[in-house]
Amino acid sequence: MRQTALVEAHRQAGGRLIDFAGWEMPVQYRSGILEEHRAVRERAGLFDLSHMGELWVIGSQAGEALAGALVTDPPRLAVGRAHYSMICAEDGGIIDDLIVYRLAEERFLVVPNASNREAVADLLRERMAGRDAGVDDASLRTSLVAIQGPRAASILSAQSDVDLDALRYYSIVEGHACGIPALIARTGYTGEDGFELFVEWDRAVPLWQGLLDAGATEGLIPAGLGARDTLRLEAGMPLYGNELDLQTNPFDAGLGRVVKLDKAVDFVGRDALTRIAEAGPAKVLVGLRLTGRAIARHGNAVHRGGEQQPIGVVTSGAPSPSLGVPIAMAYLPPADAEVGTMVEVAVRQARVEAEVVPLPFYRRGAA
Amino acid sequence: MTVEIPEDLRYTEDHEWLRLEGEEGIVGITAYAAGELGDVVFVELPAVGTALEKSQSFGVIESVKTASDLYSPLAGEVVAVNERLAEHPELVNDDPYGEGWMVRLKLADPSAVDDLQAAADYSRLVEAG
Repeated sequence: MRQTALVEAHRQAGGRLIDFAGWEMPVQYRSGILEEHRAVRERAGLFDLSHMGELWVIGSQAGEALAGALVTDPPRLAVGRAHYSMICAEDGGIIDDLIVYRLAEERFLVVPNASNREAVADLLRERMAGRDAGVDDASLRTSLVAIQGPRAASILSAQSDVDLDALRYYSIVEGHACGIPALIARTGYTGEDGFELFVEWDRAVPLWQGLLDAGATEGLIPAGLGARDTLRLEAGMPLYGNELDLQTNPFDAGLGRVVKLDKAVDFVGRDALTRIAEAGPAKVLVGLRLTGRAIARHGNAVHRGGEQQPIGVVTSGAPSPSLGVPIAMAYLPPADAEVGTMVEVAVRQARVEAEVVPLPFYRRGAA
Repeated sequence: MTVEIPEDLRYTEDHEWLRLEGEEGIVGITAYAAGELGDVVFVELPAVGTALEKSQSFGVIESVKTASDLYSPLAGEVVAVNERLAEHPELVNDDPYGEGWMVRLKLADPSAVDDLQAAADYSRLVEAG
């Protein structure tokens, strides 16, 4: 199993390490998932995301090469901005979801999921062949640390030479954090304000400790992948392998707006996605709020009207620490996906009543 | 890491404990099991009057990340369940051998308690991981 530069720091903080996409990662620390979740919603949490990929795409045709490989239009990004994107198969199925940052006219940073890093790097090279653009997989020499939560900005700004007030959501800038050269991005996966810091591999260790020391009085604590999962679920954000996979297209996932069918460059999946956009998706990603306390989990069947035949399937489920009720996301047929529809989730031997509710479950500042 | 394993209880390989009180046995899960599960958010318990075989599943415990079955250490009839866990499942983490108890059984054969593991055996099991 691979280890990040921070594995010792995780052990010392009581991190429970698990195999996540071939990496030894902390699912939680001593404080536990609920407390870590609360810290991010109310104060701030620090995440080690060094398992994620960092692919540099560089060259005079880097932008249009990416436009031909992804569903978005990276040439339209201004330098210093970022967008959410996906790489799809010919039939429109999702190979991975990604963030694309533009660092310079001819320099982009693509961040795929850890489990798909090599596949995405290979596919980018294949799809970009013939254009003046190269892929440099910097994943194993780049650490990624995220500080997320309402106090993230004040904690980080005291340790950085970057004017964070001027750094907009989905922007990135070169600077320093705790004296360490870093790419500082205002992005995240928690539904809170926050930052993601890309640093050289070994520099994650002083950065991690520096931020924890600086943020201690503000209530900053390390948070594991368990809290990351409940936070992103409440925020209605999809997770590759749960809501997104090869059998799912962006329109199914409610992410049709991400697909730029009208862009100048032809791209892999365009024909299929154009047809799907016209016909409408075969399934719809919905939010479910369960009655009672049983938790729906990935793979549980969804029924309606007591029928034996399932109408859909749960993609993610957890107790919502912020709402105090079990929540889930599920794929349902469009006819059953309207908000307010009552369905049943098969949890072990029981059928648990659930209501289709709007996504996201949680919106910052709307509590 | 050391976890509490009281000397006066008996244990199963599935990390339940049983406290013998006369003809009855009180059952819960160990501090080690609660720690491994993480924050407990839901405990599904049987109805009073349910007859259980030894090693029969009598309920489910859910943490944020996973659900696990609960197994009866011995045969018996459920004479009480810990109703407080419905509203306060965190008691399983906070006080696994006390307020986090789960069911009280009228044991079919109280002498069968000798078949369960003593604290020393169970702590070897925990240390072996």
